[in-house]
Amino acid sequence: MSLPELQGLLLTIITAATPLLFAALGELVTERSGVLNLGVEGMMAVGAVIGFIAGHVTGLSVVGVVASVVAGMAMAALFAVVTLVFVANQVASGLALTLFGLGLSGLIGDRYVSIPGLSLERIHIPGLTDIPLVGPLIFGEDPLVYVAVALAIAVSWFLFSTRAGLIVRATGDNHVSAHALGYDVIRVRFLAVIFGGACAGLAGGYLSIVYSTQWIPNMTAGRGWIAIALVVFGTWLPGRVVVGAVLFGAISILQLNAQGYGVSLPPQFLNALPYLTTVVVLVIISRNRTLLRVNTPACLGQAFVPDR
Amino acid sequence: MNKLLVATTAACALALSAGMAGAAPLKACWVYVGPHNDGGYSQQHDIGRQAVAKALGDKVDASTYIENVPETDSERPIRELAQKGCQIIFTTSFGFMESTIKVAKDFPNVKFEHATGFMTAPNVSTYNIRWYEGRYVMGQIAAKVSKKGLAGYIVSFPIPEVIMGIDAFMLGAQSVNPNFKIKIVWVNSWFDPGKEGDAANVLINQGADILVQHTDSPAPMQAAEKAGIHAFGQSSDMSRFGPHAHLASLIDNWGPYYIKEVQAVLDGTWTSHQAWEGFKTGLVEVAPLQNMPDDVKAMAEDTIAKIKSGALHPFQGPIYKQSTGMPSKETEVVGPGQVIDDKTLLGLNWYVNGIDDKMPQ
Repeated sequence: MSLPELQGLLLTIITAATPLLFAALGELVTERSGVLNLGVEGMMAVGAVIGFIAGHVTGLSVVGVVASVVAGMAMAALFAVVTLVFVANQVASGLALTLFGLGLSGLIGDRYVSIPGLSLERIHIPGLTDIPLVGPLIFGEDPLVYVAVALAIAVSWFLFSTRAGLIVRATGDNHVSAHALGYDVIRVRFLAVIFGGACAGLAGGYLSIVYSTQWIPNMTAGRGWIAIALVVFGTWLPGRVVVGAVLFGAISILQLNAQGYGVSLPPQFLNALPYLTTVVVLVIISRNRTLLRVNTPACLGQAFVPDR
Repeated sequence: MNKLLVATTAACALALSAGMAGAAPLKACWVYVGPHNDGGYSQQHDIGRQAVAKALGDKVDASTYIENVPETDSERPIRELAQKGCQIIFTTSFGFMESTIKVAKDFPNVKFEHATGFMTAPNVSTYNIRWYEGRYVMGQIAAKVSKKGLAGYIVSFPIPEVIMGIDAFMLGAQSVNPNFKIKIVWVNSWFDPGKEGDAANVLINQGADILVQHTDSPAPMQAAEKAGIHAFGQSSDMSRFGPHAHLASLIDNWGPYYIKEVQAVLDGTWTSHQAWEGFKTGLVEVAPLQNMPDDVKAMAEDTIAKIKSGALHPFQGPIYKQSTGMPSKETEVVGPGQVIDDKTLLGLNWYVNGIDDKMPQ
């Protein structure tokens, strides 16, 4: 494999992993607070369409990115009101949010199908980006890749090195105790859900603005579900979720590459490989049962009604 | 008792429809697997529906369609249309086959037409496009335009329709450049812009300078435009996604067929049949032939004309199956001058010689 080929390969892997990483990091924070939001796919779909339209109308892809974040937050707010204020079942509400989001995105985007969109160009720093291999990989990605890396570090730091992060984790592990200590459980969870929505919306925006620069109904193609699975198999640890997302992206690109080189394995098997490998690897690195119990939010999916 | 009831109802219906003839317009209805504006397969059917409304005016009511119908739950919507008084119903996806046959049994006076299937009944016809004719022309263009002699081919599932397309493309390319090569990547999806774009980038990365797709989204076209190479679009004209990359799209043009069939119902001449049409009746187009030298364009137009007139058949012998050695009598499918028959084509499950990849099992 030649150097430019390797470079192209690595760049494609990063682009494939980024949307998964955004969505998974958001869901991780949401679940750490004790809320299971299965509506990631729906929030992504709405983020994708709103981001695309905002970019198209204003002619600024940055506006599109911001709009996708806001759209994801709005969808998440809906979920938060239903599950936290009206204490509806989280699983059912999350599934409903996915179905609603996919339908709503189709309705909103009706007139925007098959229009080439704006793209967010990769950055270029004269000198640095021109270094072979390392240059484009480190100094030549699209801006949102850097946002994703920063977000992963920030989420990890927030959850494990700040007081606010400790409160979020406490709420997820034992909402009764957190409440008794005087923390506003509903408020903490509300904010965590909104953060999850912002990330999912951004993941959707990444799909329609960077990854494909077009909008088509159902273009999320199940990536929201993969993100949720990454959180679980990554045992609610940001570092492992990053490993999972990059691994999934890498295998899905490498298998396409293997097909191009004429590897004589059935393509159906190769296409299933990203799922298999990611699950197996994450299960192996998470096989410490004690650590698993420590990291699983004990109150995940349980409704909380303050009694006083 | 039951028989009597059915007979009376049928008689009433007959009398009713006879009484209405001339007064009420003929109701033609459609069932789509995707959104009517998916920018691809279903949208092309919808354009065909609009063509019927335009061509036949107030003789026909072509305003009814049901979109986003899952292949696993298509019986209910088809039945609903039949009950609503649709007189001809077009079910436009392969997976609607069994429910179409089932509903048709209960509505003998309604005409049904099922796209791309193989099951018929006295009131059920099938219709399909000879897309391979277009793919043969695309292969010729690719072999002329490609500098490296290597095309990247992005495909969905290994079904005969798709294999037929790959073979036809390769035969077309070999007719220009016997050493032409293709790399094939299966994405296991008809529609996933992200994955299709990834596959396109991988193929470009591996040296392909022409992209062909048998999937539905314009993502490969965008990737080609970005990389400065050429590509062919699918289902509808995708030139706006690659103003410099776009050579031509394989366009589904259902309008002429729909108009013909609805007219046949109006005239009372409709009979059950199996239609498989291509360039000749205009159901498939390779257009708009851009971003290529004039001589290539002339060659493509000439080939289209020859296929139209019947002077050329893409699957005309000698054709050899894929093998590691030289083409021989054992791998020969049809000899010089012979043509592979329709039945074999519709069940095609082998690559022609010259394709290096292994066929997925």
